[in-house]
Amino acid sequence: MIGSAAAAAAEPAPAPPLAEAVGVSKRFGSTVALADARLTVVPGESHALVGRNGAGKSTLVNILTGIFPPDSGEVRFDGEPAPAPGDRDGWRAKVACVYQKSTIIPELTVAENLFINRQPGTRGVIGWKRMRREAAELLSTWDVQVDPAVPARELNVQDRQFVEIARALSFGARFIILDEPTAQLDKAEIERLFTRMRALEESGVTFLFISHHLQEVYEVCQTVTVFRDARWIATEPVADLPRAALVEAMTGEAADLGRSTGHREPVAAGVRLAVDGLSDGAFEDISLEVRRGEVIGLAGSSASGKIELAETLVGLRKPHTGTATLDGRPLPFGDVRKAMAAGIGFVPRDRHAQGLVPELSVGENATMTISDRLGPLGVITPRRLRSAAAEAIGGLDIKTQGPDQPVNGLSGGNQQKVVMARALAVEPNLLVLINPTAGVDVKSKEALLAIVDEIRERGTSVIIISDELDDLRPCDRVLVFLHGRITAEHAAGWNDHELVASIEGVSS
Amino acid sequence: MTQTVAEPRGGGGEAKAAGGAAGAGAALRRMREFTLVPALIALVVLGAVVNDSFLTERNIISILGASAALALVVLAESLILITGKIDLSLESTVGIAPGLGALLVIPAASAGFGTEWPAFLGILAIFVVGGLIGAFNGFLSVKLRLNAFIVSLAMLIVLRGLLTGATEGKTLFDMPEPFFSIATTTFLKLPLSVWLAAVCFGVAGFVLRYHRLGRALYAIGGNPEAARAAGIRVERVTWVVYVVAGVLAAAAGLCLTGYVGAINANQGQNMIFTVMAAAVIGGISMNGGKGTMTGAITGVLLLGVVDNLLTLAQVASFWKQAIYGAIILFALVISRVTSGQAQE
Repeated sequence: MIGSAAAAAAEPAPAPPLAEAVGVSKRFGSTVALADARLTVVPGESHALVGRNGAGKSTLVNILTGIFPPDSGEVRFDGEPAPAPGDRDGWRAKVACVYQKSTIIPELTVAENLFINRQPGTRGVIGWKRMRREAAELLSTWDVQVDPAVPARELNVQDRQFVEIARALSFGARFIILDEPTAQLDKAEIERLFTRMRALEESGVTFLFISHHLQEVYEVCQTVTVFRDARWIATEPVADLPRAALVEAMTGEAADLGRSTGHREPVAAGVRLAVDGLSDGAFEDISLEVRRGEVIGLAGSSASGKIELAETLVGLRKPHTGTATLDGRPLPFGDVRKAMAAGIGFVPRDRHAQGLVPELSVGENATMTISDRLGPLGVITPRRLRSAAAEAIGGLDIKTQGPDQPVNGLSGGNQQKVVMARALAVEPNLLVLINPTAGVDVKSKEALLAIVDEIRERGTSVIIISDELDDLRPCDRVLVFLHGRITAEHAAGWNDHELVASIEGVSS
Repeated sequence: MTQTVAEPRGGGGEAKAAGGAAGAGAALRRMREFTLVPALIALVVLGAVVNDSFLTERNIISILGASAALALVVLAESLILITGKIDLSLESTVGIAPGLGALLVIPAASAGFGTEWPAFLGILAIFVVGGLIGAFNGFLSVKLRLNAFIVSLAMLIVLRGLLTGATEGKTLFDMPEPFFSIATTTFLKLPLSVWLAAVCFGVAGFVLRYHRLGRALYAIGGNPEAARAAGIRVERVTWVVYVVAGVLAAAAGLCLTGYVGAINANQGQNMIFTVMAAAVIGGISMNGGKGTMTGAITGVLLLGVVDNLLTLAQVASFWKQAIYGAIILFALVISRVTSGQAQE
């Protein structure tokens, strides 16, 4: 990485920057989204854009892709002013963004997705054969191994991303913005994405890479720009910026990232959760024990069965065979309400899909699991609701206008805290956290994980299911899932290489 | 951090914006419930100006009496819409529930089944039929996971056909007095049907705002997966809503029977369009999870006043429908503009 950065720097580069934003400001009502922001992307240098939620990254991306114009300031491509605001084709020839949310239309074929609204043909009549041929050519040019004739819904997340990148390149753009491209990928897929990015860089494509995972920035980028509170903070070669300094730039304060996974004494308390021979299509013959106050982690690739096991424990799924007991009582499978009554709280896999009702208030979302405890006969008294909500907002330091604000007005990190509040409201004996910090900024991440240390003191057991190593650091031990089975166990004090190796199924 | 150039100002825009908008945001949300009130007042003023008899006690009672059945069906539909479903067949329930009740009671000579049940059993049957139809609709859409729109459209046709078949297209009017008394008996000058609708709206409004069952409807309509993960029994609650809606539609049918004084095989036909219009004008979202009873009732009253004004203005009956439709269209546009939100 350092080598390629040095090589890029050594090249004589009189060429103007590929993309440049100068003095860009943008306000939405009373909210300043960007203030005097700047960004300079040099051809051939993968550029990372990092910042906490609300730092102004998305606004900058929208300005760079022409979705809306800045209030002041200027965007330039190759030294020339950006196309006029309405000139979509002009913009598309300069820049493209692959968003976290796919813009592929699932019911259309890959070929049609590539040529949507510009299908080749004569006098407006679409030449399907020609379209498929041209699509195949386009895909092979960029080495994307996907059949153009299949419906896009049959592609996995990664192939959809590749198709989107190929589509962007076919418009002539050589500057591609990747907005959290790794969020939905497993380890192997992320590696494939990075390999592809490096190959495309060799062919003259430059990436602006947005990610919450700082490790990835170090792996794949040469330069990094940091935003904070709607402002540009720093632009540095990645090699010159140690991890702690990068986090400091993002948060504005020194961060405690050096927290080591030191050796812990084995928890000797009584057994809280005992799982025996649990099987489902996704996992096979799982047996494990969790003690009172113990924190265990479940790691594994996206199809390893770890999430399915967690969803079984919390009552979202029913296993085919096997049993589980919580404090000696059998766990009610397939019934979330009973599971909660038995003492299980959980943060579901995806806060948008399962965690929040966007139109409802912060208070109501945070107390949704305990709506039967907020008044007599199921009546919810506003006073009780407000006090329960205020407690959650205070306890988790949720940044909100108040309990009545609709939850969709909060930033990602604060939304996730509301989901956490909802899980904690039931005062669980077992807390199951599935991807608890997905799409959350560094500071919120720390706050969310700090809760784990806090509640274990009270004897609550915690199971953390995550793809991120940082999430697993508070664990006493980490169980690794591979193809539906537990294949390894790492006690606290594990190092990243060992754990990753067993997640990938590579014996070390 | 030597490369830190820009200093953040006062914790960033996010926090600042939050402080100022806190009170205003909540107030604005509460205001939205009443967006139709100005329009309603304007209409009432207009009515008073153009027609002397509009603001008379008699006319107001007549508006309320005529709106009671519509109000109950709008209430039923609103509950279903908030839960994120739709039920078009409610308009057929309005016909078939009292129809079957009547057929069980009236003698065979008057086209009845010949069972000649006592009146109170017949009236009980009306509600049971409504509940059963709701349960069946719930079964189709919740258990079999059929598309609620199309399946309730099919049910609309089936139920209408059943009523036409059972009555052989005839109008039933030989029912005993209790079948009409809900509209003919008055309490404090208002017909019982108006009181029934008012009580139903009051209870529904309270439950939707202050009871966990009511709040569960919003959660389910807003995000069923999140509701399920929060321990709400999504299927069961949705099913209950269907049954309640069926019973309310049956009650509306009884009110309409009393108001008209007979049961036509067409009773309730085409009513669903007005129902949907009143609900959407009143701010109930077609996508679920949004809407209040205050909004729904203002929607009903708005359409009731319009209908009354058209009658008072002696608009030729051939043209009444077109004008009524145009006013609904206009009201939808107005409510879109005043609420500032897309109607989904």
